[in-house]
Amino acid sequence: MSMQHAELPKSEFPEQTADLLEKPESRLKEMWESLCEDKAALTGLFVILFLVLVALFGPLIMPYDPNLSNMTKSFIWPNSEHWFGTDQLGRDIFSRVIAGTRISLTVGLSAVAISLTIGVVLGSIAGYRGGKVDTVIMRFMDMMLAIPSILLAIAFMAALGKGLDKAVIAIGFVSIPEYARIVRGCILSVKENDYVQAARVIGNKSSRIIFKHILPNVLSSIVVRATLGISTAVLDTAALGFLGLGVQPPAAEWGDMLGRARGFVFTAPYTLIFPGIAITLTVLAFNLLGDGLRDALDPKLRKN
Amino acid sequence: MFKYIVKRILMLIPVLLGVSIIVFLIMRVFSPDPAPIVLGQHATIEDANAWRAANGLDKPLYIQFVDFLKGALTGDLGTSYYTKTPVTQEIFSRFPATIELALAAIILASVFGIFIGIISAVKKNSIIDHAGMLLALVGVSMPIFWLGILLIILFAGVWHILPSGGRIDPLLQPVVSSGFYIYDTIVSGDTEALADALRHLILPAAALGMYSMAIITRMTRSSMLETMSQDYIRTARAKGISENRVVTHHALRNAMIPVTTVIGLQLGSLLGGAVLTETVFSWPGIGNYTVECILKSDFPVVQGVVLLIAFIFVLINLVVDIVYALIDPRIKFSKKEG
Repeated sequence: MSMQHAELPKSEFPEQTADLLEKPESRLKEMWESLCEDKAALTGLFVILFLVLVALFGPLIMPYDPNLSNMTKSFIWPNSEHWFGTDQLGRDIFSRVIAGTRISLTVGLSAVAISLTIGVVLGSIAGYRGGKVDTVIMRFMDMMLAIPSILLAIAFMAALGKGLDKAVIAIGFVSIPEYARIVRGCILSVKENDYVQAARVIGNKSSRIIFKHILPNVLSSIVVRATLGISTAVLDTAALGFLGLGVQPPAAEWGDMLGRARGFVFTAPYTLIFPGIAITLTVLAFNLLGDGLRDALDPKLRKN
Repeated sequence: MFKYIVKRILMLIPVLLGVSIIVFLIMRVFSPDPAPIVLGQHATIEDANAWRAANGLDKPLYIQFVDFLKGALTGDLGTSYYTKTPVTQEIFSRFPATIELALAAIILASVFGIFIGIISAVKKNSIIDHAGMLLALVGVSMPIFWLGILLIILFAGVWHILPSGGRIDPLLQPVVSSGFYIYDTIVSGDTEALADALRHLILPAAALGMYSMAIITRMTRSSMLETMSQDYIRTARAKGISENRVVTHHALRNAMIPVTTVIGLQLGSLLGGAVLTETVFSWPGIGNYTVECILKSDFPVVQGVVLLIAFIFVLINLVVDIVYALIDPRIKFSKKEG
């Protein structure tokens, strides 16, 4: 490969390398500028910021203790005192929805952090090393992808037992293949670029080449996937909670709230409305932002 | 082409072997001992040991795995800890319900998804386009089970026009031969049961299909937009062909190629979504049953179901790839591929 560099006209080579090396920061900057023009993505971003504030300062704005049950107040329809009404145990649903924000965002972010870290490492090794290592890693990823992720997460929860920490592990684990695939694909596409070859020729270590020269170039794709990944993680958390495999009671988790209120679908439908709106709003916000980032990343779409 | 298909089928073997290892590891190695759960808290240690021996759980893990694999190859997935019925029998008695639901969902999703996608692309940036895209966005953001609950509240609770769960009115007893109620009732000419089965199918199919519909809508729209910007479409227009004909005869056919792939892949992922939908609608299918078995640690059943679903999933992916190759003349399989 280094022979090819030598054949390049001298005047062209430095320019091309410089152009490519500048790419990571300029691409992220370009992405941000393009994002600022995208109203839908900005809306998503603002909703996420709002949710983060609610998660951070939730305890200050909750009118009631979200876990305090009071049977004399069960099933009160939404009114000025209890905006979202009260549930079967007389707990204030508004306070519980607020408390759930912190749980959902924490689980979503932590799960993505797990799958991202392991996925990036596995994908990098597979893409950069190639050969047998690549085959073994990617075949294993294919096997995981052969099982519908929610089913795999449910099986994990059954094995690990209930609890938020376990939900994080289960949800994080099942998404590893997606990240590994993306990172591997990106690495394969940039690995033969001149600047990577140049870095290798001057004797850089593989890990340095991956972290310094390759990963910054695939960062934007990873950011897009991670943003959309949070929405999937929030949905999966809710699904596990709904099936009774998520949090331990009395913790307020949106999916768990829906699962427990399911029996009152005809007598107290409002108990099932607000937690669902909270999940949809959160997922929608991350989807909007993720879609916006993806469009910003793709110059072809941007022109449209 | 034939070589490619054979090669892909052979490649299924290591994938399925891997899946069975993953499932086995999760269910037998990481899971807690099922004996106290199955026998109850009052069981003595002797009872538990006897139960483990009877179910082969006292053997070393690798022997358990080899036994499991041997059984799986001969179509024996073990017996349920609770009902003592063969797992294959438990699965196949419930499988038609799940397949019927998944097929209904994918039909709904494809019909509406393709229709909305085409309209959105043809009327790009119109109100219809924006509404269609908003629907698609909400469709991918809404939890399946919550959509199911909302549909139940509206159609069963408020308007009383559709049933809230189950597959058929328990009072109706249709002649069941294949287990697919729609098919069975048509064959036996039982129109009352057919109508009732259809009414029971609408809400779960809509809830399950919503996500796929959103994906298909988006794919159809973007694929149509890309096709409509091609030179041959401009040529067709320049020749004076009517816009309708350009859309239906020239653009649609080519735009449908990636959409077909997406529909195929969605069919696979619907099997996962069925777990949630069936729970919401008390649909007597395999998803509902799996959740029940997971909660009571009936491992042989869970292993069997996950293995079977994974098998169907990879099989669908294979068929999608082959169909894709057949309908897209640009794809030629060189020796390197596959």
